[in-house]
Amino acid sequence: MLKIKNLHANINDKEILKGIDLDIKAGEVHAIMGPNGSGKSTLASVIAGKEEYEVTKGNVILNGEDLDDMAPDERAHKGIFLSFQYPVEIPGVSVTNFIKTAINETRKANKQEEISAKDLLKKIREKAELLEIDRKFLSRSLNEGFSGGEKKRNEIFQMAMLEPKLAILDETDSGLDIDALKIVANGVNKLKNKDNAIIVITHYQRLLDYIIPDYVHVLHQGKIVKSGGKELALELEEKGYDWLK
Amino acid sequence: MSLTEHLTAAFLAFENKFSAEHNEKVNEIRSNAFTHFEKMGFPSKKDEEWKYTSLKSLLKHDFKVFPKVQNTTEFKEVKKYFLHEIDTYKIVFIDGVYSSFLSETTHDGFDICLLSAALAKPKYKMVIDHYFNKIAKKEDSITSLNTAFSKEGAYINIPKNTVVPKPVQILHFTTGTVSEVLTQPRNLIVVGENAHVQIVERHQSLTDNVVLTNSVTEIFANKRSIIDYYKIQNDLKSASIIDNTYIKQAQQSVASVNTFSFGGNLTRNNLEFYHEGEYITSNLNGITIIKDKQLVDNHTLVNHKFPNCESHELYKGIYFDASTGVFNGKVIVEKEAQKTNAFQQNDSILIDDKASVNSKPQLEIFADDVKCSHGCTIGQLDEDALFYMRSRGIPKKEAKALLLYAFANDALEKIKIPELKTRITKIISNKLDVNLGFDI
Repeated sequence: MLKIKNLHANINDKEILKGIDLDIKAGEVHAIMGPNGSGKSTLASVIAGKEEYEVTKGNVILNGEDLDDMAPDERAHKGIFLSFQYPVEIPGVSVTNFIKTAINETRKANKQEEISAKDLLKKIREKAELLEIDRKFLSRSLNEGFSGGEKKRNEIFQMAMLEPKLAILDETDSGLDIDALKIVANGVNKLKNKDNAIIVITHYQRLLDYIIPDYVHVLHQGKIVKSGGKELALELEEKGYDWLK
Repeated sequence: MSLTEHLTAAFLAFENKFSAEHNEKVNEIRSNAFTHFEKMGFPSKKDEEWKYTSLKSLLKHDFKVFPKVQNTTEFKEVKKYFLHEIDTYKIVFIDGVYSSFLSETTHDGFDICLLSAALAKPKYKMVIDHYFNKIAKKEDSITSLNTAFSKEGAYINIPKNTVVPKPVQILHFTTGTVSEVLTQPRNLIVVGENAHVQIVERHQSLTDNVVLTNSVTEIFANKRSIIDYYKIQNDLKSASIIDNTYIKQAQQSVASVNTFSFGGNLTRNNLEFYHEGEYITSNLNGITIIKDKQLVDNHTLVNHKFPNCESHELYKGIYFDASTGVFNGKVIVEKEAQKTNAFQQNDSILIDDKASVNSKPQLEIFADDVKCSHGCTIGQLDEDALFYMRSRGIPKKEAKALLLYAFANDALEKIKIPELKTRITKIISNKLDVNLGFDI
């Protein structure tokens, strides 16, 4: 599904990613771990197409299509979703209206008809239930005054609504207490199927107790220094990152 | 003839026509005002209050003061400028002349009618003598010019304990029958004790002839009264306005003025609040969204003279292309005005490189037990927020519009007439050139 080949990326002429290779197949969950400043969030932003980053070498290929020249919204239309570490507050625009706009813009780009009000409501009800979200929450302004946990839950709710092919969860566990973490992880697990893939970016192993990865990659100074199965996460929890440097 | 000479000639002709039934005091006020204007002339950039806004190119026009008008405008031509979704009182003028055909006035329980009638009829004499030109700034030359030619406008007098059941619309249209028109509407609004009224004012040019409006509105909010005033400034690029609004508030009154500036060539708002009692609230809100070479200048003053009063001021501006914004917010807290709460905020977003804003908060505080704050931000669109929305599939243009809408939202939230809020929201989405597919 997603192939990353020898990816190098700069911000303000400073090289952050220094040759990343990743091969993610449909139905897989990959965890990317690493110390602060190793380039985890940069990798997420580059895949999603953030324009401040300059790709200097290599490519990101989604289902055979090079994403290089695509704007972030075009990538979203192709099925990439990034759950933000710090979601943005948008006063005056309700969660429902924001999601409706996002869904319809994606449908428009894929030459599909707009979602009907009935289908939208049905889907919202279903996904809100999955993530144990109160309906009142949906008429509030997007992320405005939301607690850290509510913001993260809202991110996964949007993921559920948009049904991406590839979801990147950037530090989704930060700011979540254990109950909220379980709800979010449970939601993600239910959204997982044989046709989509998930990249979980996390600093700690905690989230991986609930979202079990097929592969774990350790990022250090812009490179993947070690890859392995889920047991690698446990090893990192025990030994820290120092032994890999 | 220069414009000033032209105005002198027009004034002499006007003065000759002051008829016997007119109020002598008013005639004297007019003559004095014109003498003052002649002495002062139009303000120039040398005046501190006009440092960033030049009238120079505007004053080159040979404006007609009292144009002869053929009043043939039909409702369907101008319907869209009315808040026609709801029932309202309407006072409508075309090229400065009252249009009874388009209006809906009343004397039933309260007066919503014409200043010309109030100036002419003896039964209004007491009110006129008591209120007319009592708060308008006499030393201001532009205001004096309006006073000199004051003849027509809205007259609203709400007696005590009266809640006006529907909003009042004041609409001024200018047509293309005469080119280069100077209109000088004069509104007088008296809100009695415990009375409540909502007013929506709009100036609209119907053709691209050059128009300058020099409007003066005097508002007297008596004890415990509430007045909500909305100004819609979304005129054509050929139209300019100098809007002077003076408000005097008695104890426990609440006066709110919301100014929506979305168009026109040059828009200058002078908005001044004077307190005459304790526990007064003054609210000033503004949203400006302009482009090309448009200019919007908001000059505000809140004069806190008595203890325990509050003022809340919030102005938001979005500037495209080479447009210019000016904000000058003066707050005076006099020595006696202890326990004052005065808040002021002015936030601007500059979209393009050539857009500019001059923002000047001016706080003069002479009391020591007060809470006053002011804030001023000038920035650009938040790139992270844009990326957030785009990563959800929302294209750049729509994402920008949503962000700008969100930026203006807290000022929009102050609108208490839902239909008006919808209308303003629609104007904003037009300005931002998007159809978001839902009523935000």
